[in-house]
Amino acid sequence: MKNFFRISFLISLFVGFQFSSYAAEKIEYLKTDWSFKGPFGKFDRASLQRGYQVYQEVCSSCHSMKYLSYRNLVEEGGPEFSINQAKAIAASFEVKDGPNADGEMFVRPGRLSDKFVMPYENEKAAQAANGGAYPPDMTVLVKARGGGVDYIYSLLQGYEDPPAGISLDDGVYYNKFMYGNKIKMSNQLSDGLVEYSDGTNASVEQMAKDVTTFLMWTAEPHLETRHRMGFKAIVYLIILTVLVYFSMKRIWSRIETKV
Amino acid sequence: MAEKKTNRRDFLFTATYAVGAVGVGAVVWPMIDQMNPDASVKALASTEVDVSAVTPGKTITVLWRGKPVFIRRRTEDEIAEAKSVSLKDLKHPEKDEDRAKNPEWLVMLGVCTHLGCVPLDQKGDYNGWFCPCHGSHYDISGRIRKGPAPTNMEIPEYKFVDANTIKIG
Amino acid sequence: MSEHEYTPKSKVGKWFNDRLPLLTLANHLTDYPTPKNLNYWWTFGGILTFCLITQIVTGLVLAMHYIAHADMAFESVEHIMRDVNYGWLIRYIHANGASMFFLAVYIHIFRSLFYGSYKSPREIIWIIGIIIYLLMMAAAFLGYVLPWGQMSFWGATVITNLFSAIPLVGEGIVTWLWGGYSVDNPTLTRFFTLHYLIPFLILGLVVLHIWALHVPGNNNPVGIDIKKPSKDTVPFHPYIVIKDGFALLMFMIVFAFFVFYTPNILGHADNYIEANPLVTPAHIVPEWYLLPFYAILRSVPDKLLGVIAMLSAILILAALPWLDTSKIRSAVFRPLYKQFYWILVADVLILGYVGAMPAEGLYLLIARIATAYYFLHFLVVLPVLGFKERTIPVPLSITEPILGGSPNLATVKKKDNI
Repeated sequence: MKNFFRISFLISLFVGFQFSSYAAEKIEYLKTDWSFKGPFGKFDRASLQRGYQVYQEVCSSCHSMKYLSYRNLVEEGGPEFSINQAKAIAASFEVKDGPNADGEMFVRPGRLSDKFVMPYENEKAAQAANGGAYPPDMTVLVKARGGGVDYIYSLLQGYEDPPAGISLDDGVYYNKFMYGNKIKMSNQLSDGLVEYSDGTNASVEQMAKDVTTFLMWTAEPHLETRHRMGFKAIVYLIILTVLVYFSMKRIWSRIETKV
Repeated sequence: MAEKKTNRRDFLFTATYAVGAVGVGAVVWPMIDQMNPDASVKALASTEVDVSAVTPGKTITVLWRGKPVFIRRRTEDEIAEAKSVSLKDLKHPEKDEDRAKNPEWLVMLGVCTHLGCVPLDQKGDYNGWFCPCHGSHYDISGRIRKGPAPTNMEIPEYKFVDANTIKIG
Repeated sequence: MSEHEYTPKSKVGKWFNDRLPLLTLANHLTDYPTPKNLNYWWTFGGILTFCLITQIVTGLVLAMHYIAHADMAFESVEHIMRDVNYGWLIRYIHANGASMFFLAVYIHIFRSLFYGSYKSPREIIWIIGIIIYLLMMAAAFLGYVLPWGQMSFWGATVITNLFSAIPLVGEGIVTWLWGGYSVDNPTLTRFFTLHYLIPFLILGLVVLHIWALHVPGNNNPVGIDIKKPSKDTVPFHPYIVIKDGFALLMFMIVFAFFVFYTPNILGHADNYIEANPLVTPAHIVPEWYLLPFYAILRSVPDKLLGVIAMLSAILILAALPWLDTSKIRSAVFRPLYKQFYWILVADVLILGYVGAMPAEGLYLLIARIATAYYFLHFLVVLPVLGFKERTIPVPLSITEPILGGSPNLATVKKKDNI
């Protein structure tokens, strides 16, 4: 039994080293409290709604959110807009549909069942409009970056003048947290850029936090369910393990000698 | 003494089995439920149709849950004809007013109740629809009048959300 | 299999059993005499069976929603995660289940290495096991390609390109594997088919594996042959069933932690980026369970020799029953072998670590040393040890050390001596 723990400890050390190797080069990201972290983490609904607003007003002109549907905005575990709010949001976008009876494609207002409308027709168009760099789709962006939410949060606030000796081409900016430090997106956030409908002060830090929270939800919409179910599953397994343990002892007591 | 020991052992094993069975059920359910309609399918469970362009005497066909739905705006004559049919003459007796709450609008699943083909509009002997697969004739209320189909074309759940929009499903 | 006659109790049972002896088989499995001194390292066979069934069931269910087309694969996985009822749960179970499967198989293999379970007369069980292991790696590799993320695509490109190292026919084989001039849609669809197929091949081999095991019966921590049935054995049901059940539940608690709380920690973030043939990720790495072999592959500067080294590292295990010349099975009684065993464990962990690192500088040097040592262990250390080692006398029976008289009382009974 002791050896089991020794080996588990060694393996977890080894495994711990592995994880650190996947993170960016020993950069200290900006830290904040994330309400969804930890086994009992939940999303802050108000933050999600504000984050949606930031996405909508600041990011969506370049970044698509193609795996999200408007109905997701209503679903449990997310920003939980009312059905009418979400319908209005959907209807404010034009969705391509068709072909109609004349064989032509047409546009119509969005519905809850539609996916989020993309800012560009396709990836090439997005690249062409952004100096050759494709603004990545953001639906699972948080999971697609080793640093996760801390990375995104830091990057949004990480713009500064390049240190001496580093020259930047046109359309390239210096960011402390970007992998390789050069990024083709300019600084997007500035204080008061968005007027939050709930009256929260829209500082850069606040907007960065809200939009990152929103992005965590788009990446993991079932996070809260997963945490809840996990708690029940593990409590259940522990109870059953205890019962089986005592059953095992009871059964094995039938033979006199155990080596 | 032996009695008591048996009871305790039985309780332990019974409890273990019972708790175990709960776990098995909890594991099996998601495997079964995943085959039920998923969220994206359920989102398309109802369709809203703009009928502002449908003039009297015209039929449009829309897709709802993967099936055709006939929406016909009936003329005065057609409504009168639909109401005048005696229930005795019908294989599947149904009053027209039970089928079309707003008599001007007939909304029904365009699926023949015989074997599922899509009947053709303004064909057949009863001024309604005709199914070419096996020769079922439906009248201007979508009721089976002649042919092998057993029942009238199904009326789905629908309502007018405003004067120009029908929500089906 | 020698069988004392088993007669089913019911008439229907007897009628059926006379035509297809399933009840006899069930009775054999229930009564199967198992050494009573098996420790918890022996529970991993049962755990592995659970893992295989879990992967097959969750995989089958995922296949009802997954679309094996390059344009739709990534999106179909997101559809599963978002819209399919419990889709996120089934997907995370399947992905983490693969890691749990390998964790269990490594423990199972290292148990065999320690206790000499590969030695005569269990060589065929061992070799079937190696084939199962190879098929597991193939299935895992193919499965990882299916989400069509960056790592899926580039991992597939790197590994399929290895075949070009084969002289003369190599390039042709790669084109044949790809179904085109690069990893693309034809590659994905055939990988899906093969990924679906292999677990059933594994299932068949597992049946053979267990059948072959039941001929000599299980090995045990003391490594001596025992009579079965006897005072030294217990019927498989209920003794081993309940013990395996307990171990399985502990395993499931660990599994649940991964699935519900850290479902992506064993994966690679780049696989949440859609596959892009024009952009190569900074570091292409396989999943953790393939890292030691990846390290061996990259430690040899020549492409073909690297491939041969990687394959040899696995195939050499098949030769183990003949490379290890010791007449004593269990490392409990082989103090010198025991030291080398732990060095091998450390060596494999080191290989795994450097496998995740860029193949340059100090990492590359360590990888090379660790690779050389790995082969040294099997090709030199084991054969020599068999002759040179002074072993501790082995007890005459497994109860003898407890009931007295044995000089090994202390050695065998000490709980922290595995």
